[in-house]
Amino acid sequence: MVDLSSFAEAVGATGPVSILGLGTRGGQVPGCKVVAAPSGILDYNPAEMTLRCGAGTPMDEVIDALKASGQMVALAPGGTVGGALATAASDIRRLGRGPAREALLQARIVTADGLIAKAGGPTVKNVSGFDLCRLLVGSHGALGFFGDVILRTRPAPVVSRWFGGSSDPDVVRGRLYRPAAVLWDGRTTWVCLEGHPADVADQAALVGLPEVEAPPTLPPYTWSVVMPDLRRVIADATAPAVAEFGVGAVHASVPQPARPVDPAVFELHRSLAATFDPIGRLNPGRFPLLLDTVTT
Amino acid sequence: MSATLVDDLRRALTPDRVRTDATELTLYSRDASNMTGRAVVVCFPLTTIEVQSCVLAARHHGVPFVARGSGTGLAGGAVPPDGALIIVLTKMNRVLSVDVPNRMAWVEPGVLNLDLSKQMAAHGLHFAPDPSSQQSCSIGGNVANNSGGPHCLAEGVTNGHILGLEMVLPSGDIITLGGPDAEPIGLDLRGVVVGSEGMLGVVTRVLVRLTPNPPAVKTMLLAFASTRAGAETVSAIIAAGVLPAALEMMDAPITRAVEAFAHAGFPTDAEAVLIVEVDGLPNAVADAVERVNEIGEVHGATSIRIAADANERALIWKGRKSAFGAIAQIKPNYYLHDTVVPRAKLVQVLEEVYAIADRHNLLVMNVFHAGDGNLHPLLVFDKREPGVMEHVHQAGDEIVAASVAAGGVLSGEHGIGIEKREYMSMIFSPVDLDLQARLRDAFDPDHMSNSDKVLPSGSRCADIDSLAPGMWI
Repeated sequence: MVDLSSFAEAVGATGPVSILGLGTRGGQVPGCKVVAAPSGILDYNPAEMTLRCGAGTPMDEVIDALKASGQMVALAPGGTVGGALATAASDIRRLGRGPAREALLQARIVTADGLIAKAGGPTVKNVSGFDLCRLLVGSHGALGFFGDVILRTRPAPVVSRWFGGSSDPDVVRGRLYRPAAVLWDGRTTWVCLEGHPADVADQAALVGLPEVEAPPTLPPYTWSVVMPDLRRVIADATAPAVAEFGVGAVHASVPQPARPVDPAVFELHRSLAATFDPIGRLNPGRFPLLLDTVTT
Repeated sequence: MSATLVDDLRRALTPDRVRTDATELTLYSRDASNMTGRAVVVCFPLTTIEVQSCVLAARHHGVPFVARGSGTGLAGGAVPPDGALIIVLTKMNRVLSVDVPNRMAWVEPGVLNLDLSKQMAAHGLHFAPDPSSQQSCSIGGNVANNSGGPHCLAEGVTNGHILGLEMVLPSGDIITLGGPDAEPIGLDLRGVVVGSEGMLGVVTRVLVRLTPNPPAVKTMLLAFASTRAGAETVSAIIAAGVLPAALEMMDAPITRAVEAFAHAGFPTDAEAVLIVEVDGLPNAVADAVERVNEIGEVHGATSIRIAADANERALIWKGRKSAFGAIAQIKPNYYLHDTVVPRAKLVQVLEEVYAIADRHNLLVMNVFHAGDGNLHPLLVFDKREPGVMEHVHQAGDEIVAASVAAGGVLSGEHGIGIEKREYMSMIFSPVDLDLQARLRDAFDPDHMSNSDKVLPSGSRCADIDSLAPGMWI
């Protein structure tokens, strides 16, 4: 186990503080003391399907280590592990590989009090206490800063291939058995098929889509859109946009407009902020939902 | 007690759905654990608004409440706190809507797990979590306990299959968390309500993710001359990059008991039996069967059988899931444990479990989710034997301690409830527990909702709320 005490000391218990990884997902909050989480893979045992690393470890380093043992993790590449978790950055093949929030088994964090606290546990299955890891993934550091984490890994598919054409995305998805991705920009449907080469070939033949070299280039902003609204959002888009069918996301050229929030849900977030970080010293201004939304 | 509480409830619901007679109170004072509580009134709401009325009435009269479904929980999670109002959700048992293209459905919490999958069969879909109690456990209970089951090895436990939920907060507010989109706004509160054992409020509707039925399934039975060989095969399968849909292990005593009961064709001369199920597309399945075969042979499997058809497969699973009925033929009482250890420690911990049972002169049987490292040691006894309960509890403590010492955790799928509440400090520091207590306080500052579960007393380190805002501590 890595010693988190110097990281905890750096976070301290007073004054505004922000965490910085590789700066690919928003970087630090300006005007704060800046800290960095420990980096490095500490323990990787493919037979346990778990990997323990410092939260500051680059995702690409983790992906390379997993690849060498034929495994993968349900997090987007790029930046650091902590950054991917804090922003709930899922892979574009999330439909098949699962969301980022499924990837975290255990986290040791440094709290707003400067204390080291553990959430979750090291095993692939665990219902010992509240599932705080779920709360931490996507929390933008507002509840605590990731120090080290244990990730769930999975066997990587033998092949992973992209196909594309003008078929309807719902029709395509309806014919395929659990594709890894179904993307649509209003004209073209792309699917990612993963698994045994012969199965992938059979599935591709079933929908008659030709192989393409790569998925489409995704516009920079990711919107969360309820699945039944995906077609409408794509139809209304005035600039290039790509929807993830079966997931409920749209990659768009502009930021997502503010979403309405139920006042009771807002109040829950306010209570959590008040109890986890009463003065808002961790990544000030980044607490999810509290600053960037309008209540209904 | 509190005639006015009962009057308020009878006005809000209907008199026949608010019960205070001794029979009903006794019936709902327990779950499938061996613990009991004492409630004052039992309610059977039909709608979210009626649940809200129950919560508000409980609040108004200062009475704690607990929601429950079928009561199949094994850790005392549904046992009422003393003097509680029990909100029974079994009458809220409708599938409200199904969205087949998007593979999801809104259901009420009282829908039974297996009923949901049966109703979805016409669409070629099912609800993936499949606890052994799936014939009688409810979706609301699955949500409360983040339930598992044999097929959660590949599919993951309940949390990954709940897209959203509607709940009544302890304040009485009705909210919806999560939803059918990638990242619903704010923190993943949906994710933390799943598995919170009813302590954050009462879940009244659930948006479940439905899983397509696999086009190909193969179920294999592998027999071994030692539990060590069986357990090592489990690790070797995972290490080889094969992730079966299910990977279950049964030791000799339970295999014999199950075979005598279910006649599923289990090899009764084996010391360990593995049930390995692989599913998916046909070529991947054929490949996996071949790999498992090879690995089994390398590890000295004495026999390997593949279920010939769906009937034979169903019989194997019937046998596996009736294990706990089968042992009733041996001794009248059992105590089922539930811990998780790293797969590499399965052999070591199993050997310790046998030694612990030996020391306490108890019969132990093991049938468990080996692929997850999720042990289920089953202590079998007759509680009329003098002093036996003391040994049962002592042996249980030692099994939990051995699992934790091996790098494991307290529970893989049954939850903490009352049973393991006081064990929590074995794996969590005071600072860790304080974080969990803060979460509960944000949802339920007055500790009204199933308040005596999960968190050991004194979990909250300091009463931070009593300090002035902005004060440094």
